Amino acid sequence: MEKGKGSRKWAVDFTDNSSTPLSRDIPDPPGFTRASQDQDDSTLSRQKKDAEANWKSQKAWEVAQAPFKNLLMMGFMMWMAGSTVHLFSIGITFSALWQPLSALQGVGKIFAPYKDSKVDLLAPKLLFIALNLGGMLLGVWKLNTLGLLPTHASDWVSSLAPAHEVEFSGGGIAL
Amino acid sequence: MPKMKMMMILPVLMLLLLLVPTPSFSLFEDQVGFMDWHQRYIGKVKDAVFHTQKAARKRVVVSTHENVIASLDLRRGDIFWRHVLGPNDVVDNIDIALGKYVITLSSEGSILRAWNLPDGQMVWESLLPGTKSSKSLLVVPANLKVDLDSPIFVYSGSCLHAISSIDGELLWKTDFATHGIDVHQLILPSASAVVHAVGVTDLSHFHTYEVGVMSGEILKHTTASFPGGVYGEILPVSNDRFVALDASRSVLVIISIQNGKTHLQQTHVSDLIHGSSRDTVILPSKLSGIFTVSTDTCIAFIKVTDEGKLHVMEKVDNKVVVSDALSLSEGEQAFALVQHGDSKIHLSVRLVHDMSSNHLKETVEMDHNRGFVHKIFINSYVRTDRSNGFRALIVMEDHSLLLLQQGEIVWSREDGLASIIDVTTAELPVEKIGVSVAKVEHSLFEWLKGHVLKLKGTLMLATPDELVEIQKIRLRSSEKSKMTRDHNGFRRLLVVLTKAGKLFALHTGDGRVVWSSLLQSLRSSEQCSQPTGLKLHQWQIPHHHALDNNPSVLVVGRCGSSLSSATAMSIVDAHTGKEVQNMVPTHSTVQVIYLPFTDSTEQQLHLLIDADNRAHLYPKTPEAAEIFQRESANVYWYSVETEAGILRGYGVKTKCNLDEYCFEARNLWSVVFPSESEKIIATVTRKANEVVHTQAKVIADEDVMYKYVSKNMLFVATVSPKASGPIGSATPDEAVLAVHLVDTVTGRILHRMTHLGSQGPVHAVLSENWVVYHYFNLRAHRYEMSVIEIYDQSRAENKDVLKLIVGKHNLTTPVSSYSRPEVMTKSQSYFFTHSVKAISVTSTAKGITSKHLLIGTVGDQVLALDKRFVDPRRSLNPTQAEKEEGLLPLTDALPIIPQSYVTHAFKVEGLRGIETVPAKLESTTLVFAYGVDLFYTRLAPSRTYDSLTEDFNYALLLLTIVALVVAIFVTWVLSERKDLQDKWR
Repeated sequence: MEKGKGSRKWAVDFTDNSSTPLSRDIPDPPGFTRASQDQDDSTLSRQKKDAEANWKSQKAWEVAQAPFKNLLMMGFMMWMAGSTVHLFSIGITFSALWQPLSALQGVGKIFAPYKDSKVDLLAPKLLFIALNLGGMLLGVWKLNTLGLLPTHASDWVSSLAPAHEVEFSGGGIAL
Repeated sequence: MPKMKMMMILPVLMLLLLLVPTPSFSLFEDQVGFMDWHQRYIGKVKDAVFHTQKAARKRVVVSTHENVIASLDLRRGDIFWRHVLGPNDVVDNIDIALGKYVITLSSEGSILRAWNLPDGQMVWESLLPGTKSSKSLLVVPANLKVDLDSPIFVYSGSCLHAISSIDGELLWKTDFATHGIDVHQLILPSASAVVHAVGVTDLSHFHTYEVGVMSGEILKHTTASFPGGVYGEILPVSNDRFVALDASRSVLVIISIQNGKTHLQQTHVSDLIHGSSRDTVILPSKLSGIFTVSTDTCIAFIKVTDEGKLHVMEKVDNKVVVSDALSLSEGEQAFALVQHGDSKIHLSVRLVHDMSSNHLKETVEMDHNRGFVHKIFINSYVRTDRSNGFRALIVMEDHSLLLLQQGEIVWSREDGLASIIDVTTAELPVEKIGVSVAKVEHSLFEWLKGHVLKLKGTLMLATPDELVEIQKIRLRSSEKSKMTRDHNGFRRLLVVLTKAGKLFALHTGDGRVVWSSLLQSLRSSEQCSQPTGLKLHQWQIPHHHALDNNPSVLVVGRCGSSLSSATAMSIVDAHTGKEVQNMVPTHSTVQVIYLPFTDSTEQQLHLLIDADNRAHLYPKTPEAAEIFQRESANVYWYSVETEAGILRGYGVKTKCNLDEYCFEARNLWSVVFPSESEKIIATVTRKANEVVHTQAKVIADEDVMYKYVSKNMLFVATVSPKASGPIGSATPDEAVLAVHLVDTVTGRILHRMTHLGSQGPVHAVLSENWVVYHYFNLRAHRYEMSVIEIYDQSRAENKDVLKLIVGKHNLTTPVSSYSRPEVMTKSQSYFFTHSVKAISVTSTAKGITSKHLLIGTVGDQVLALDKRFVDPRRSLNPTQAEKEEGLLPLTDALPIIPQSYVTHAFKVEGLRGIETVPAKLESTTLVFAYGVDLFYTRLAPSRTYDSLTEDFNYALLLLTIVALVVAIFVTWVLSERKDLQDKWR
C-alpha cells in the first residue's frame, strides 16, 4: 500500500465506516439525517445487538478454550522431545513457557474485540488464564524433568568452594 | 525483506558452524611443534673419544654422568646418536675398537657392549660375571687394521677377560680373586704377546703378572713388598715403570720391572716439591715417561729418567686442568693445559719432548656463568701447512660442553639441563604500551600475509611451497616467543635448578634459555665446600602491592652431603637472573616449608627446619616475624623418618634463645610403624598451589557427596621389609603393601588399607580428595593402579534444599583437623600394563576442568589418562543415571590409548619428573616433563572450551562476512529494481 502512494496522483475513498457524525470533519449532505435512520431500526438493531452480544460471548468462550488445544499439542511435543537436554527439548520447553506468558500479558488485547457492556468476560478470561497457567506448569514440569530447576541440594552446593582450613602443616622426608 | 534476512542468517550460521574446527584429543601431524618443544641433552661428559681419522664425518663419542653414550658431530655439536643406559647401568669406560665399534663397559664392568659407530646400532653385548667386585678396566688395542681380530681385555669382578672385538665372544678368562690381588692397571704394549697386570694385595705387596694374549695363562709373576701401603691407584709411567703413592700420601714409589724383578724406589714428595704438600694425588695422564702430581698448592710434572731418577720439569698452579696425552705422529705426545683468568680461559698445548715452551697458546672469552673448566679432552688435526692443529673439548663447571678451535668457541651445549633438580615458574613482565608504529604495521602486514596463505591452504589452492611456508609461519609465530605476559598465561618462564648449581630460565614458547646464572652460593668456596642444590621455591610473586618488583625465586642448597651440614641460600630475580641476595646461614636444612602467608611486599614466608628440629623463619624481617607470631598457633610441620619408620608432628613452642627468627619445636604426635612388618617406601602430599573448585561431588540422581578436601593429608605407603627389594625378591605371601592417609596436623590415620601379595615401587599422586598409586601385584604378576577417594561424612547431612537456599548449613564454616570429622572412603584397583617412572596430575587455574593423570611410562613417554578411568564408583553395569553422569563401566585393566601419549613421537629419555602449571585460561594446563631430555606442551583435558583454537581461520571468517554483506547489498538492489518493474506493469 505504502509503496503505491508514490506512483498514484490522487484517489477518493468512498467508503464510510463511521457511525457517529462527530467523528467526521465533513458535514453530512443536506437532506440526510443519520438519526432518523437509527431510530427507525431501533428494535431491529436491539435484536441485532443481542445477537452480536451472544456471538461475542460465544466467541470469547471459544478464545478462552483455545489454549486447551495448545496444551494437548504441547504435551504431545514434550513427550516426543524426551527427557534429555538437547536443542529440541530445550526449544520446546522454552516455547511452552513463553507462549502462556505472552498470552497472559496480552489477555486484555485478546478479549478486546469481544468487549461489550452486556457480555461478561470475567469467566472466559479466568478460564483462559487458568489454561495458560496450566500450560506454564506443564513447561515448568518439563523443565524439572529435564533437570533444569534448582530443586536438588546438588544445585546449591555444586560450586561451593571448599571450606577454609584453620591449620597449616608442611614437611616431608628430610631433603 | 524480513524473509530475505532470515534466509541470509541461515547460511551465516551454517558457515560459522563449519568454521569451528571439530575438536580432537590427539594431534595432527602438522601440529607437532606448534605448542610443544623437545630438547635433547646428554649430561655432564665423563669421558670422550674422538674419531677423526677418516674422511667421513668427524665425531666425538662421549659417556656422561647421566649414563648416556652419544656420538656428537664435531662441526656443530649435534647428536648423531645417543643411548641412555638407565640409572643402574653406570658407564665405566668407553673406547673405539677396529675403527668402527664403540666399546662401552658398564655396570661395574659386568656388561660390555659394542655399538656401530656410524648409526649407533648395538652390534654385540657380553655379560661378564665376576667373582668379587673390583675395579673395572678396559683395554682396547690401538689397532687400526679392521680385519685383524685383536681381543679386548676387560678386568672386572676380579677376573681378566679377553673378548673378541668382532662378535663379543669370551675367548678366555683368568681369575685373580684366587690370588687375592686387586689389579690396578692393565697394560698392553703394542706388538706384544703379553698383557701386564699390576696390582696389590693387602695394600702392602706389589704384584705384576704377564698374561699371554692368546691363552690367558699367567706367564710370569713378580712381587715386591712395600710396608708403607698404597694410597689411590698405581699408575703407569712407561711400559715397565709404575708410580704409586704410599698410604701417608707423602712418599712417591717408583716401581720398575727389569728382568723379571721388581724394584721399588721411594722419594719424598717434599723433596721434589718444596713447601707444603698436603692432599697429594697422582693424576692419571698417560704421558710417557712423565707423571703429574697434584698437591694443595700446585701441579708438578715429574719426569722419570732412564736411570729411574725423578726430575721436576714444571710446576703450575693447581687450578690448572690437564688433559690426557695425545699421541701425534713420529712418537710425539702432546697435552693441553687450561688456566682460568677472569672471564677468559687460557688454553695451551705442550709437547712432551719440549715441555718448556707452549706449542700453542690461545685465549678464549668465556661467559663467567659457565664457571671453571672441569675437564679437557684434546684432539689434533693436520692443517694445510702440514703442521698440527688442535681442538679441545672442554667440560665446564655448569656441565656445559664446548668445542674450542683456533681460539674460538665452535659450539657449545647446555648439558647441565640434563640433570634438573627442581622446577618452578615465573610470570613474564607486563607488556608496556607504546609499541612503535612501524613495528605494528610490519606485523599487520605479516599477519595479513600469513592469513591469506592460511586461507589458500584451507581452500586447497596453495602450492606445495606455500604449504611449507604456512607450516613455517605456524611454527615460528612471533606471538608465542614474546618476552611479555600474554592474556592466556601460556607464556611463562620455567625456572630450573640443575645439579651443577646453575639456574636456567626457559621460555615456554620455544624453549630457549632466556637467562642462566651460576649461583655463587652453590659454588665451592671456603665457607661452603661441595654444595648441592635442594629446592627451588617462588619467593616473591608480585600481584597487587609490589607490581614494580620483579618476581624472584628462592634456592636452598646444602654445603656437603650430610643432613647436618650448613645451608646455602640465594634469592634470584626471575626476570634477569641476578642474585639479589646470597646467604650462608649457619644452621642446617632438612626441610623447606612454604607457608601460605605473604608480607606487604608479597614475599612468601618460608620455614627452614634444621637437623635439630628448630624452625628458621625467612624472610628475616620484623614484619614477617609478626605475621608468623600471629599465625604460629596454627602452623605445624611433620617429618618422615624412613629409616626408623616414624612420622612425627611438631608445633611451635618458643623462640630460640638468641635468634629472633628461630623457633623451638615441640613434638605433638608420632606414628610409629612396626619395623618388623612395615617399611616406608613412598610419601606423597597435595601440591601446595593446587586449587579446588568445589567441595561437593554431584553423583547420579542429583545426589551430593562432600569431598574431604584437606591440604594436610599425607599418603604413606609401607611394605613388609622382605618385599622392599626389587620385584621378585619376595614371595607373594611375604609381601604386603599397606597404604595410609594421615592427617599431618593431628597425626590421625584417616584411612588404612593393605594389599596382600603386592609390593613397591610405589608411585603416587594426591590431588583434591583422591590418591592414585601404582604398585606391583605379585599374585597377578601385573602392575596395578589403585584409587582411594575420601569423603567427609560430617557434612553429608547438608542435603535439605530449603536450608541450603537460606544458608543454614555448615559447609562454609572453617574446618579444623581437631574436630575429627568422620570420613568415608571408596577405592578400586585396576591392572595397568606399564611400569611407571613418575605420576602427576593436570592442574588448572580454577580447578573446574576435569583432570588427567600424567603417567611417565617405562618407555620414557608421558601418557595422559582421564581421571574418569580411575573412579572408584565404576561398576560393571552402571545405571542409566550413572551413565549420564559419565561413569564408565568397570574394566579390569586401564586402557592405554595410543593417541593420548602427550609426548607423541618424542621420548623424554631418563624421565624423572612431570611438572604441571595452570595457565590463566581455565581449560589449559602447561606440562613440563624433564629427565635427560626436556619436553613441554600445553594440555586441555576437557578440550579448549573457552577459546578458539590457534589455527582458527580469522581470514576465512572475515571473508565470509564481507561476502555476506556484499550479497545483502546486491540482493537489496535487485529487489528494489524488481519492485519498480512490478509497479510499471
